[in-house]
Amino acid sequence: PPRYRRERALALRSSSSALYNNLTVLCPPARPPRAFGAVHGTTLSLLGTEGPPRQLQARGGGSALSTPLLTQATWCELPARVLLVLTSQRGVQMYEADGSTLVFWHALDVPEHPAAHSVFARGIAAAGGRFICVGTSSGAVLVFDVPPKGANVILSEVLEQHRDPVTDIAAEQGQAPDGAGDLVTADDSGTLCLWRSEEEFTLLGKIPGSGCTCSSVTLWNGIVAAGYGNGQIWLWEARTGQLRAQVSAHARWIYALDLAPLTGKLLSGAEDSFVHVWKLSRNPDTDDVEIQHCHAECVTDTQVCGARFCDPAGDTFAVTGYDLSEILCYGPA
Amino acid sequence: MSARTLPLLFLNLGGEMLYILDQRLRAQSIPGEKARKDEWTDVDRKRVMNDIIATMFNKKFMEELFKPQELYSKKALRTVYDRLAHASIMRLNQASMDKLYDLMTMAFKYQVLLCPRPRDILLVTFNHLDAIKDFIYDSPAILNQVDETFRHLIETYNCLSDGEFQLIRQTLLIFFQDMHIRVSIFLKDKVQNSNGRFVLPISGPVPWGTEVPGLIRMFNQKGVEVKRTEFTTAGNYITPQREGSFELYGDRVLKLGTNMYSVSRPVETHMAGSSKNLASHAKENIVPNPLAKEELNFLARLLGGLDIQKPAGGETGFRLNLFTTDEEEEHAAQTRPEELSYKVINIEATQEPARRAELSRILGELEVAEPRPGSAGKGEDLLALMDGL
Repeated sequence: PPRYRRERALALRSSSSALYNNLTVLCPPARPPRAFGAVHGTTLSLLGTEGPPRQLQARGGGSALSTPLLTQATWCELPARVLLVLTSQRGVQMYEADGSTLVFWHALDVPEHPAAHSVFARGIAAAGGRFICVGTSSGAVLVFDVPPKGANVILSEVLEQHRDPVTDIAAEQGQAPDGAGDLVTADDSGTLCLWRSEEEFTLLGKIPGSGCTCSSVTLWNGIVAAGYGNGQIWLWEARTGQLRAQVSAHARWIYALDLAPLTGKLLSGAEDSFVHVWKLSRNPDTDDVEIQHCHAECVTDTQVCGARFCDPAGDTFAVTGYDLSEILCYGPA
Repeated sequence: MSARTLPLLFLNLGGEMLYILDQRLRAQSIPGEKARKDEWTDVDRKRVMNDIIATMFNKKFMEELFKPQELYSKKALRTVYDRLAHASIMRLNQASMDKLYDLMTMAFKYQVLLCPRPRDILLVTFNHLDAIKDFIYDSPAILNQVDETFRHLIETYNCLSDGEFQLIRQTLLIFFQDMHIRVSIFLKDKVQNSNGRFVLPISGPVPWGTEVPGLIRMFNQKGVEVKRTEFTTAGNYITPQREGSFELYGDRVLKLGTNMYSVSRPVETHMAGSSKNLASHAKENIVPNPLAKEELNFLARLLGGLDIQKPAGGETGFRLNLFTTDEEEEHAAQTRPEELSYKVINIEATQEPARRAELSRILGELEVAEPRPGSAGKGEDLLALMDGL
C-alpha cells in the first residue's frame, strides 16, 4: 500500500533550475515547515508560511557578463542561529534565515576572462555546531567560522583534498560511532572525504571515486549514503570506508538525497522523474547496514532536481523539478 | 556557468535551422525549367544551403566560438542566426525568422532534456554534423571546413568528464528554461503535451553505464555480499544494446539530433499557441542588464568572423516563407504574443537615409552606460554599424 500521497503544490514565482540539491527546507521541530527555497537562474525564490514570497539575487556582477548564476541555497542550522547560505559563480552569500539581511559575502577568485574551467561555489553544510562549509569548483572546501550573532564571519580554513569540483557536503545527522567523523564532502569524480570538524579540520578518510559523479550525499549514524550520476545509491561505512550496500535506484542521474534523522528514512530524487523513499538501519547483532525500499513516486514528465523531508521523522517531503513552478508536497497516505 | 557551452549550443541550433530551411526550400521549390524569375529552384536551394553552411563553418568564426565564454542572452544569439540565415540569396521576414528560431530552440531543448547521459549531447551534435556533411557532400572545400570543426569538437569535448558534461547540460537547461512553445510535429508524435511540456518516458533503454533500477545488494564488514533484494516501480526499463560512436565516423545509435522533418512530415506552418508561463519572459524585459556592452562585444567578435558575401549587383534576394501563404505569415506577425517577441529589427541591407539616421541616433545612445530595459535588441544596431563597413 502506498505510504505517501500528493498533498498540495505551492506556487513558486519562477520555475526551478536543473541544479543538484535544488530545494532547501527550514523546518523547526514540532511545527509545520516554516519556509522553502528553490533556485531559478540568478535568483532564489523563498516561500514561507509567514509573510509574502520573496526573492534573493546573486551578488557580484562587477565586470563580469551579467548577474551571476546561483548554484545552490541551503538553510544552515547552528545552535545559536540559522543562516541562509547562497552559492554562485562569484562567491558565497550568507543571510539571516528570513533572507532579510545580508550578513556576510565572500568573493571567489574569478579570472578576468573566462577560462575553460568554470569557477563557482557549490555544496553547503553546517558543521560542528560552529562552522559553515562551502565547496568550490577547484575542489577546495571553505570553512567559515560563524559567531553566535553578528556579521563577524571568518574564513578560518581551506581544505584541499578534492581535485574535482565539489558537489555536496553533509554533516552527521545522528550519532557518529567512534572515529567516524562528522562531515562528508563529495565531488564530480565521486571521491568522498570524511572529516572531523574542530578548530582545525582533520581528514579521517578518503573514498576514491571511479569517475562517476556523486551529486548528493548524506551522513547518518556513521553511514554515508551517496547518490551518483549513473542512478546508483551506495552506502559506505564512514569509519572504515567499506562499501556496505549498492542500490540500482534510478534510471537517470540522481540530483538529490535527504535523510530523516529520527527514523533513518532516505529520500532520493533523479532526472528519471522518480522520487524514492528508503529505510536505512543497522542490524544490532551483525552490525550489517540494511536498506529497504519503502515508496516510489513518479512526478510525471518532470526531471526532479530537489527533494527534502519536511519533518525529522520523514513523514512528509517536498519536491522540485526543472521548469516546474511549484513545490510538490507529499504526506502520509 | 560552463564556459564550454556555446559551441554545442550554436552548432546544434544551427543544425536544426538547416533541417528546417532545407525542408521549406524543398517544399517551395519549382523544377528549374518551369520556375519564374521569383520562384525557387533546386539549384537555388543547394546554393543557399552551401552559402549558409560555408559561412557557419568559417574558420575565424569557429575560432571565436570555441573560446571559453559564458552564454549570452537568447536575443543576442538570435541576432547571429538572423545574420546567418541571410548569408545567401534568401530573405526571411521577421515572422518567419521568429518561427524559425522558435522551432530551432524547442527542438534542441527537447534533445538536451531527453539525452540519456549528459555526454550524449555530443552524440546529438555529431548527428547534426553528419547531416550537415550530407548537405554539402559535393563541395569538398566546405566539407573540409566541417571536418575541421568536427575534429575540434572531438579534441575539446571527448576528454571531458561526466560531471563537466552535466554542468554544460545544466547551463543549456538554464538557457532554455520556461520555453514551452508548442510545435505541431512534437504534438503529433506525442513527445510534447498540449501544455507545451515534453513527455519524459519512464520506459525504454537506460543510459549506457546505468543499471536497470530494482536491485539492492548488501555487504558485510568484509565486503562479502550477504543479502540481495529487489523493488519494483511503474518504470519499465531495459538494458541498452550498444554505445554510440564518438569518432569522426561511426554509428551514433542515438536518434536525437537527426532530421525529423521530411516531405511527409513537413515543418509546421501555424503557431500552435503561446506559452502560458509569462513569469520569466517578463523578467527578461524588466530586469536591467547593465552589461549589454559585453553582449555587443561578443557579437562584434563573432560576427566579425562571419564572411558574408553580398549578392552581386542586380541579383535580388528570394524570400522564403516559413508559412504556407503570405497571408498566414502576415497574420502570424500581427498576432505573435508580446511575451514571445524577440524584439529584433529585421536586418536587410539598406542604404535608405532615414533608416541610417535612426540607426546612428540609436548607436549614439548606446554610448550611455545606463541600461534601457525593454529597449529593442542592441545587437542589430551593431550589425547596422558593420553593414556600413
